[in-house]
Amino acid sequence: MENLKKELKEKIIENLNLEDIEVADINDDDVLFGDGLGLDSIDALELIVMLDKDYGIKLTDPKQGKSIFQSINTMADYITENRK
Amino acid sequence: MNNYYINGIGCVSAQDTSNLELSFDDFKELKNNKVEVFKPNYRAFIKPAMIRRMSSGVKSGIVASSIALKEANIDLPEAIITGSGMGCLRDSEKFLEGIINNNEQYLTPTSFIQSTHNTVGGQIALGLSCKSYNVTYVHQATSFESSLIDSMMMIDEGSDHILIGGVDEIGPHTTENHELVGHVKKESDLKNGILNSDSKGSVFSEGAQFFAIERDKKNSTYAKFIDVAVYDKLEIDEVENKMNQFLNDNKMQISDIDMIVLGINGDIDYDEYYNLLMRKTFKNTQQVYYKHLSGEYNTASAFGLWAACKIIKDQSIPKILKINNKEVPTINNVLLYNQYRGLSHSFTLLSSC
Amino acid sequence: MSKGVAITGMGIISSIGNTVEENFQSLIDKNAGISKISKIDTIHKDEIKVGEISFTNDEMVQILNLPESNNYSRTALLAEIAVKEAVNNAKITDINKYKTGLISATSVGGMDMTERYYYSYKDEVDKRKYIDAHSLGDSTLKIASSLGLTGFTTTISTACSSATNAIMLGARMIKSGKLDRVIVGGADCLSKFTINGFKTLMILSETDCMPFDKNRTGLNLGEAAAYLVLESDEIAKKENKKVLGYITGYANANDAFHQTASSEDGEGATLAMKKALEVAKKSPKEIDYINAHGTATPNNDSSESKAIIRIFGKTIPSFSSTKGYTGHTLAAAGAIEAVYSILALQNDIIFPNLNFKTPIEETLLIPETEVINKKIKHVLSNSFGFGGNCSSLIFSKEL
Repeated sequence: MENLKKELKEKIIENLNLEDIEVADINDDDVLFGDGLGLDSIDALELIVMLDKDYGIKLTDPKQGKSIFQSINTMADYITENRK
Repeated sequence: MNNYYINGIGCVSAQDTSNLELSFDDFKELKNNKVEVFKPNYRAFIKPAMIRRMSSGVKSGIVASSIALKEANIDLPEAIITGSGMGCLRDSEKFLEGIINNNEQYLTPTSFIQSTHNTVGGQIALGLSCKSYNVTYVHQATSFESSLIDSMMMIDEGSDHILIGGVDEIGPHTTENHELVGHVKKESDLKNGILNSDSKGSVFSEGAQFFAIERDKKNSTYAKFIDVAVYDKLEIDEVENKMNQFLNDNKMQISDIDMIVLGINGDIDYDEYYNLLMRKTFKNTQQVYYKHLSGEYNTASAFGLWAACKIIKDQSIPKILKINNKEVPTINNVLLYNQYRGLSHSFTLLSSC
Repeated sequence: MSKGVAITGMGIISSIGNTVEENFQSLIDKNAGISKISKIDTIHKDEIKVGEISFTNDEMVQILNLPESNNYSRTALLAEIAVKEAVNNAKITDINKYKTGLISATSVGGMDMTERYYYSYKDEVDKRKYIDAHSLGDSTLKIASSLGLTGFTTTISTACSSATNAIMLGARMIKSGKLDRVIVGGADCLSKFTINGFKTLMILSETDCMPFDKNRTGLNLGEAAAYLVLESDEIAKKENKKVLGYITGYANANDAFHQTASSEDGEGATLAMKKALEVAKKSPKEIDYINAHGTATPNNDSSESKAIIRIFGKTIPSFSSTKGYTGHTLAAAGAIEAVYSILALQNDIIFPNLNFKTPIEETLLIPETEVINKKIKHVLSNSFGFGGNCSSLIFSKEL
């Protein structure tokens, strides 16, 4: 699980082009969207593609992303449960 | 009759033009045939959270527009009018290559969204929280002139502060395609510069130039914008007549022009449009060119306007821009003429004030 | 002295008809043009529905009598067909008789060809003619050339509000006397680029779209072209032209909220509608029908509903989105919906909002779902695009 969490942080930084941010800057329970890391709806769509491409999980309703992408913890839990 | 004052200008181009400390003495003629912009310090102008998604054209557009607005002391323009011949080309290429190379799978939205032609205008509005009129013209090499015309109309309709600009990007694959059909000059042909060129093609480049146009004069005023006319197609022997007509409509004639700014780009097939004017019509007028510094792109005429503004304000013509050497005691009336591959002709008239 | 802007001609081609007459018939017969995609080979073809025009490119080349050496993209073909209908409809014989211009809008341009031949240009020399056809301005220049028009031309691209902005510019140029006559409108064809683009935004519906419905899931893309001929009312009178209606109001405002999403309270949309009413010097209650943008995306319809309530309060006029018929035709939307607005004016008919069952919970607005006969004097038409670009037009029967 710890490896997955680190991997997710690296992917978020890379895919979303967060140039100024390091893995160490993102805490597992930090709020990713809105006021936290400041991600928005376009980033959510990028993460949905990442879920499909890297973990084989297809989301059909973008609204599902809201709960899944709350934090690194929620993402890691969801992926562990649903990955193919 | 309204006046249209150019009160702020900003430029990001192949030269380090966003550095306001530099002058034309610091700029050098382009020696490569495909040139990207000289990157400004984007972070000085744009928040990191916003920068991460932006294409080169969007970033350059924001920098150039910020410089122009700051100079004119405008917080919120009443319109943002942009011209772009090819839009955000790099993101278009990126998204399209994703589609083709990955067989339409695992595509992400960012480059699609960024590729829409009105992204620059939209992002500038977002950054300023500007809810006013916002339009993008995409009419090849008169895209910028269309935005100029619209800004005149906005002021005639009662607005006071308008932001206009021209932005184009150089896209690697698109440039390759244009090379295939001979539109890009061979680098080896650039040895002797682009004046009196005996080779085809032009230097492909990119840039963003923005201007604050206002109803009232200010300390920062560069010049007065008088009029602009555009034509899709003209034969070489029609240009002089149309030009005379344009000047007459503005109660002027050729002899009233103190300086002619020409969009010469070194393409032997089309520079003939300018050669006749240089040899005959404007034989006794100071002639100036600029694409040896900016390169060619659909909105490069905006670089010409930027240069003309600086010349009018400083009342001095940089050596590197001169084609000939005439005595010009005062630079009052300036005419700009541009065309691209025989199409998209524009005449723009400025005056000092 | 500001001039009135008269509409003297219209032309349209969409998935519900190749002419104004055919479109009108489909509208009143409730005949939608939404189907599975047939002309583009995309992996998404079983997951989307589109408003596709039946003509192939070759058929359109025949209709327009173009030489084989032509480099028309599908966008340009559609545009030229619609422009020609409009110019004939306006009974224009000498295109340069007055100061005549052409203002066209597109977002796809020649991308349909570029995506086909992107990597082929190196080896297939005969395809290289499409390199110059890529730019958005290309189709405008082709149409002008084909008409022999020597006056002012330009091209606008502001995503889904493009054609509305083209019509607005045309009206302003007539009012100011810069032009006496102008052909305005837009065209967009379907393309892999836009299909995939909207797919990544997850706003495409797998079924027939349901504008303003609680259970809407997204839009259907469409392709179309439509143009109006605008003339100053002076010239229209002088030439004894039949006037189809007038453009009395127009406005463009920016949401300045997000690159693609509309603000929750529909700020940009509200500003656009408000300003259009101001320009027309009309109060909200004088609007008889709103042809809404109504794309059936969760975001737009919610935001547009709120904006409508903000402007019209408790007295919401009859409204409908016609995108259930044609799909969302992107840059052409504002133009085809202008044609539909004028047809509504001319015939005192409101066209239904197809596929509507349940209103959106938050706003409870209910569009017209049948063809309604009603006296119509003023129509408001909305188009909202990416980049927060919001535009509205008001069409009136009389000045």
